[in-house]
Amino acid sequence: MSTVTLFGLCAAVLIGLGLYGALTHPQPLRKLVAFNLLGSGIFLLFGVIARRGAWSTVGGDPVPQALVITGIVVAFAATALAVALLLRLFKESGEATLSPAARTHASPERHQP
Amino acid sequence: MPGTEATVVAMTTPGGGWLIAAAAWPVVAVLLAIVGGGRHAARIALASMPVGLAVAAAIAVRVLPEGESLVYLVGGWAPPLGIALRADALSAVMMLTTGVVIAGAGLFAYADFSPQPGEPETRTSLVFWTLLIAVWGAMNLVVMGRDLFNLYVALELLTFAAVPLVCLDGRAATLSAALRYLVFALLGSVLYLLGAVLLYGAYGTLDITLLAGRVQPEPAAWAAAALMTAGLLAKTALFPLHLWLPPAHAGAPPAASAVLSALVVKGSFILVIRLWFEVMPALWSVSATQLIAALGAAAILYGSVLALRQERLKLLIAYSTVAQIGYLFLMFPLAFDPATAQLQGGVALTGGLLQTVSHAFAKAGMFMAAGLIAAALGHDRVADLAGVARALPISVFAFGLAGLSLVGLPPSGGFVAKWLLLSAALSTGQWWWATVLVVGGLLTGGYVMLVLIRAMSASAVPIVPLKPVARSRETVALAMSFCAVLLGLLALGPIELPAFAVTTP
Repeated sequence: MSTVTLFGLCAAVLIGLGLYGALTHPQPLRKLVAFNLLGSGIFLLFGVIARRGAWSTVGGDPVPQALVITGIVVAFAATALAVALLLRLFKESGEATLSPAARTHASPERHQP
Repeated sequence: MPGTEATVVAMTTPGGGWLIAAAAWPVVAVLLAIVGGGRHAARIALASMPVGLAVAAAIAVRVLPEGESLVYLVGGWAPPLGIALRADALSAVMMLTTGVVIAGAGLFAYADFSPQPGEPETRTSLVFWTLLIAVWGAMNLVVMGRDLFNLYVALELLTFAAVPLVCLDGRAATLSAALRYLVFALLGSVLYLLGAVLLYGAYGTLDITLLAGRVQPEPAAWAAAALMTAGLLAKTALFPLHLWLPPAHAGAPPAASAVLSALVVKGSFILVIRLWFEVMPALWSVSATQLIAALGAAAILYGSVLALRQERLKLLIAYSTVAQIGYLFLMFPLAFDPATAQLQGGVALTGGLLQTVSHAFAKAGMFMAAGLIAAALGHDRVADLAGVARALPISVFAFGLAGLSLVGLPPSGGFVAKWLLLSAALSTGQWWWATVLVVGGLLTGGYVMLVLIRAMSASAVPIVPLKPVARSRETVALAMSFCAVLLGLLALGPIELPAFAVTTP
C-alpha cells in the first residue's frame, strides 16, 4: 500500500468517525469535537490530493496547502464561536444541552402585565 | 454571453472594480464601527448604507440592461490559480435585494439599538450594527464568488455574522437556538467543503466556469454533488433539515429576524443554483430533480400546516419561511430539459428567482410588522390580537400586503413567481407540482387570514400600546411589503425577464 493510499484511507476513517459523532451525540460539546475531527479528515484528504497531484519537480501541489491553512483558520473561528455560545448558555441556564425542552421555549417569553 | 470560456474567465472587464468596492466597503464599515464603539456604531453603519446601495446600483445598471457580466480577477491572476469575482444578472439582483432589505432593517432597528443620551453604551448595539453590515458584505461575496473554496469562506462569514444575531438578548432560549443553528450550519459547510475538495481532486480546479467544462458524469462528481447539495440544504433549511430555523428566526430581535429570513437562507440557496445550473447542469437525472422538489413540496405542506397551528405570531412567520423555502426547490424539475438531459434557464428559473426576491421583501415586511405588534402589545399571541388593526393600522396593513405576496395573489411579486412556476409545471406536463402550488397557496392564505381576522376583530377594550410605536418604523415595514407587491407590477411587463436567466458557458 502506498503512503498516499494509506493517508487517504486515514482521512476517510476520520471523516466517517466525525460525521457519525456529529450526527449521533446529543451533547453540543461532543458534536463540536466530532466536527473538528471531520474537519481534520477533510484537511488530510486535501493534503493527500495535493501529494497525488504533485508535479515531477515539486513535492506537492501548493494550491491545496494554501487552502488547508485558510480552512484551519475558518474551523478554528467556528470552534471558538461555538465554545463561546456554549459557555454563555451554561452560564445562563446551568446546563449545556440542546434538549427539546429548551427548544420549545425559544419564542419570546413576554408576559402580559 | 460574449466570447468563449477563455475570455469569460481570463480578464477583468471594464467596471470590474465595482466588485472590489462591493467586497471592501462592508469591511471598512465594520472596522470603523468597531473603532467607534457602541456609541457611534449605529451612525457609522447607517452612514455606510448609502455607499453600499450606490455600489449595488452601479453594478446593477452595468449588468442588468445588457445581460453582460462584470468580472474582476483578484491580483490579476487568472483561474485556475487565481480567484475570479463575477457579477451576472443573478448576482446583481441579489445585491440590490440585500441592500434594500438591510438598509430597511437598519432604519427599522435604529430605535432598538441606538444608545440613548445619558445611558451607558451597550455591547448589544455594537454587535448588532457590525454584524448587520457583515451580513451584507458576506452576501455580496456569496453572490459574486466564482471559486468554490472562496465561496466556502464567504458562506462561513455569512454564518458567523448571522448566528450571533439570533441570541442578541442573551437569554438561554435564544442561546440554545443560536447554538443549534450553528451546529447545523457548520455540519452543512464541512459537507460542502468535502464536496469541493473532491471536485478539486478529480478536476484540478475550483473555478465554477472551468469546472463546468470539465465535470463528467462519474462517481467522484456524483459524490461531490451529493455532499455539497446536502450541506447547502442544511444551511438553506429545506425540510427535513429545517429544525433549527423556527426557534432561531422567531427568537431573534425583529430587525435581525427580517434579515435572517429574507437574506441569510437565500445565500446558500444561490449556491445551490450555481452548483446545479452552472457547475454541473448535465449531471442530474429526472429522479434527482424530482427528489429535491419532493422535499420542497413536503416543506410547503409541513411548514404551512405548522404555521396554521402556531400560537405565537413570530413562530407562525418562521414556519411560513420553512414553507416558502420549499417553493424555491420546485423549479428544479421544471427547469429540467429531458431532450438534452440538463437543467436550463427559462421560465421555471425566472419564477424561482422571483420567488427568492419577493419572499425576501415580503418576509422582511412581515417580521418587522410582527415586531411592532409584539412591542405594542407586550406579547405576540395570535389568539389575543383582537383590536390591533385599530391601534396599529399601518403595521397590520404591512402584514397583509406581505401576506398577499406570500399567498401569491395578483399583482404581487409572489403571484408572478408562482404563476411562472405553475405555467412551467403545466407546460412540462408535471401536474403534481401544480397541485402542490395550489394547495400551498390555499394553506398560506389560511394562516395569513387567521392573523388578519384576529387582528381586525373588535376588542372589548381598546388597545393602548405599551409604548408608542413610531410611525417611521411602521413605514419601513410597509415599504418592504410594498417592494414585494411592486415586483409583481415590474415583472408583469416583460414576463420572460431574460436578464434573470443563468447562462451556462
